[in-house]
Amino acid sequence: MTYLLLIGTRKGLFKATSDDRRAWEVSGPLKLDKESWTDMMGVYAVGIDPHSRRLLAGAESSHFGPSVWYSDDLGATWNEPEERPIALPEDAEESFTRAWQFAFTDEPGTVYAGAEPHSLFRSTDGGEHFELVRALWDHPHRKDWFPGAGGGAVHTIIPGKVTAQGSDPRAMTVAMSTGGVYQTRDAGASWEPANKGVTTTFMPDEVPEYGQCVHKVSVGPDGAFYLQNHHGVFRSEDPAAGWAPIADGLPSDFGFAMVAHPHRPGTALNFPVISEACHLPPDHRLRPFRTEDAGASWGAYDAGLPTDPYFGIVLRDGACTDGADDPGFYFGTRAGDVYVTTDSDGRWHPVAEHLPDVLCVRAAEV
Amino acid sequence: MAVTVILPQVLQSDAGGAKRVDLPSAPDLRGVLDALAERHPRLDRRVRDEQGALRRYVNVFVGDDECRAVSGLQTPVPDGTEVRILPSVAGG
Repeated sequence: MTYLLLIGTRKGLFKATSDDRRAWEVSGPLKLDKESWTDMMGVYAVGIDPHSRRLLAGAESSHFGPSVWYSDDLGATWNEPEERPIALPEDAEESFTRAWQFAFTDEPGTVYAGAEPHSLFRSTDGGEHFELVRALWDHPHRKDWFPGAGGGAVHTIIPGKVTAQGSDPRAMTVAMSTGGVYQTRDAGASWEPANKGVTTTFMPDEVPEYGQCVHKVSVGPDGAFYLQNHHGVFRSEDPAAGWAPIADGLPSDFGFAMVAHPHRPGTALNFPVISEACHLPPDHRLRPFRTEDAGASWGAYDAGLPTDPYFGIVLRDGACTDGADDPGFYFGTRAGDVYVTTDSDGRWHPVAEHLPDVLCVRAAEV
Repeated sequence: MAVTVILPQVLQSDAGGAKRVDLPSAPDLRGVLDALAERHPRLDRRVRDEQGALRRYVNVFVGDDECRAVSGLQTPVPDGTEVRILPSVAGG
């Protein structure tokens, strides 16, 4: 079995492969295009299609704008569609800034892209061409959504799920900064906010209907939703009904990334950050935390990680799991270091060091 | 041909390797870039967003003048003019 890890950084896309998840061959920046300027694009979103193993990379050049590249040979060569893969229609009066997330569905070829400005796009050709999900774009709440420090974007897409129970191809949960969590039950024709109980620190109403700066939502194998907020960590089995705080036991309730265990209910990883005003790790330690009781308690999960002062945080898509039977967990930091552990090991090991700051990681068995 | 667009080396692969693209006359820079987009859509998105606005760090000179210092995309482009696209000094 080969494991593939895609690492999107502020300057380029990197790839790591391993047969045992201990020894890794790292390459990059990958040549998305023969022109060297593409080597230093910011790669904000990567995806590994579970059906076709096509790779997607959403990248942005500060000079030449955003686009989407795809590879059908596990990253050896890359292609870019001739026409704009993602574009807002003329009457939107805004332009596509960057892709923040790719999410695949049970339907082969169907891919969703979350994007900046706050938007959701759908592709049925494996990511070569996307169409705007119009009802979310036209949502009457849009006028109140605004960009956080990282920009205003739909950054989390959970196809098929609106509650812990079951799944439905017409259902979907998305999260955005700012804006919060929204859900559809009718294949994107209508969207309702689902933020009850999720707090804010930057609005007069501390628990508004919408407008929260949700940083990431991850779903466990039991369907439970885990949410890292702009201050606040929450869990819900029915987001439309409400969220419950689960931050007690964490050194901070601020952070960006959250990764639920793919097989073990109640287990999730969190990557605390000091506060909204101080984006550094608590105690200046590289120290993820893990719950195994659905957030009732948390413990440091840092075996193998550096114990000297560390200042790189993990961004919202900078952590992931490969979903394997013995799942691997991965994270990359803004200091350019990437680590892996497996459930059976429980000790982190370096994959790569001294890369540009890591924006996103995605891994799979290939 | 009435107008010649000169491309920087880094964008030539998006125009099939061409350094110069000759285009029919157009009343203004927007018309020139629209004609360029028809031939080379990938090149167009390096230079403009989907609403037709110039990307912030791409400069387009009409003759010797950067278009933003004249009339932006409405800058007149007389026959025989060279339009030069250049990345700005930016980034790090």
